[in-house]
Amino acid sequence: MLRFVLTRLGLIVPTFIGMTLVAFFLIRLVPGDPIETMAGERGIDPARHAKLLAEYGLDRPVFVQYAIYIGRVLHGDLGKSMITQVPVLSEFFALFPATMELALGAIVFALVLGIPAGIIAAVRRNSIFDQGVMGLSLTGYSMPIFWWGLLLILLFSVQLGWTPVSGRIDVRYFIEPVTGFLTIDALLSGEKGALRSALTHLVLPVIVLGTQPLAIIARMTRSAMLEVLGEDYIRTARAKGLSRLRVVALHALRNALVPVVTVIGLQVGVLFTGAILTETIFSWPGVGKWMIEAISRRDYPVLQGGVLLLGVIVMAVNLLVDITYGIINPRIRHAR
Amino acid sequence: MPGDVAATALPAAAPPPPSPLAEFWEDFRANRGAVAGLVFVVAIMLVAIFAPVLAPYAPDLTNESVFLKPPAWQAGGSWAHVLGTDAIGRDILSRLIFGARLSLLIGVVVVTLAILAGVTLGLVAGFFRGWLDTAIMRLMDIILTLPSLLLAIVIVAILGPGLMNAMLAVAVVVLPHYVRITRAAVITETAKDYVTAARAVGATRARLMFGEVLPNCAAPLIVQASLGFSTAILDAAALGFLGLGAQPPAPEWGTMLADAREFVLRAWWVVTFPGLMILGTVLAFNILGDGLRDALDPKLKR
Repeated sequence: MLRFVLTRLGLIVPTFIGMTLVAFFLIRLVPGDPIETMAGERGIDPARHAKLLAEYGLDRPVFVQYAIYIGRVLHGDLGKSMITQVPVLSEFFALFPATMELALGAIVFALVLGIPAGIIAAVRRNSIFDQGVMGLSLTGYSMPIFWWGLLLILLFSVQLGWTPVSGRIDVRYFIEPVTGFLTIDALLSGEKGALRSALTHLVLPVIVLGTQPLAIIARMTRSAMLEVLGEDYIRTARAKGLSRLRVVALHALRNALVPVVTVIGLQVGVLFTGAILTETIFSWPGVGKWMIEAISRRDYPVLQGGVLLLGVIVMAVNLLVDITYGIINPRIRHAR
Repeated sequence: MPGDVAATALPAAAPPPPSPLAEFWEDFRANRGAVAGLVFVVAIMLVAIFAPVLAPYAPDLTNESVFLKPPAWQAGGSWAHVLGTDAIGRDILSRLIFGARLSLLIGVVVVTLAILAGVTLGLVAGFFRGWLDTAIMRLMDIILTLPSLLLAIVIVAILGPGLMNAMLAVAVVVLPHYVRITRAAVITETAKDYVTAARAVGATRARLMFGEVLPNCAAPLIVQASLGFSTAILDAAALGFLGLGAQPPAPEWGTMLADAREFVLRAWWVVTFPGLMILGTVLAFNILGDGLRDALDPKLKR
């Protein structure tokens, strides 16, 4: 087991180095050098330009610059935002809980609806329910979620007036951040109505962000269940007189969930991608909105750092999924 | 089904086997959803081709007297503007019709770029193996690890917003799928006897690559290309929505939604119709892709 974990850890080192290379060179594609970019349209006189270039090490060969960059990254220094002068890392972690809360809500939403839907669709194969689930799943998968968000706002916020249009909580409440998860913090604060306000703000973004994972998970659960239900041991279990429910819930589901766990892990990338759009629509103060704002402000250190951090998080989750998979399924662990 | 009858009642002299194309069509036709997807895709193509004939107005013709007019069936609407008008009095139907051109253009350009680059890289990786293979596949792994739209956003942010750069960015993001498919197919195919035979009679490496192996990798690539259309249209629309794709006044559906966002509270039609077009088109390509996969790949046949 230790060997397996170490091999997997070893494999992510080149990926990490590659990611820093991508982050480093992407920013170099910006026309003009970083000093000119920082000076913006005001321009800068040549003497000061040269001095600043030397100060930031930008006059050295590119691979030396890269070495300096990766050295800094490994020490947790991702540079400062060009606008706020706050270190990128602290800005990121100040906003990350908001994105995390949204993403967790979305994945819970997707699991709670997707797994039962997939199971029932598989058990009642070719029924109207099955066809409905498959049709909806394909629709959800094809959904432009930025439009879906606007539609939900149109229906629930504008027509019915049930939910607020944007933000995380009503401006009336000031909640001391403890965990960074506003729903939990609101609960801890004990302020009347705060939790309710936080939840009503959360529900639409969660549905919007959870739609694609829901579609994928329902589809995946169905096909995994169908595969397992065709196995010999299921027939055996049925033949020895176990009830249909028991066979589905105990024998089939446990085995069908193994591929589903992997798919859940793979949703992290989908969630971050969706978070950018969802946060933009609902003015949700998370990492996605922060990065979109960085683009319009041409805040390149934020972009560079944000991409690297999100990439590292996705990589870490993939690694965790890999290892979990190895624990659940010994065949993977011993495969070479 | 007539096919079953033919199979059970074997005539004395076997008829010639159906051509692969006929066999494919037979399989594909049985899938009603896939046919519906195909019909929708063809309809969108026709709309795109005949846009100037079909559209009642020019897509960027503004008319100050009719801004934010609701659709015809709603109070205050008129049949002059069937789907209503936007904030500066442009006819929404006409913009949607011309938008079909942009969306299909996006699909064609992105998929073509991704196939050209992806097949080349995949062939190289699969044929030469060794360090070149490792380097290419590592790079593809990195692209796959980064959230797709995020990477596309950053690429566009750096190259500058615009339709061309958005298409380029989406092509880069979808590239790994094509590289992986091609490489995997190349590795399976090169181990087969017909390739060894071709090699033995002295076929050049280029001939092996393009003449022998590539045609046999076509099926998975066709499926991926069809599904790739939907990803391309969806991602490019998302970029347009974020203000990074096609720039106004281009009638790209995502860009139209970005313009419409501020009117969501008082004019539902400016937000609803462009999104419906994106959803419909993406859905059609996805269904079509699924149908093609079922018909082309006997292993996945239900």
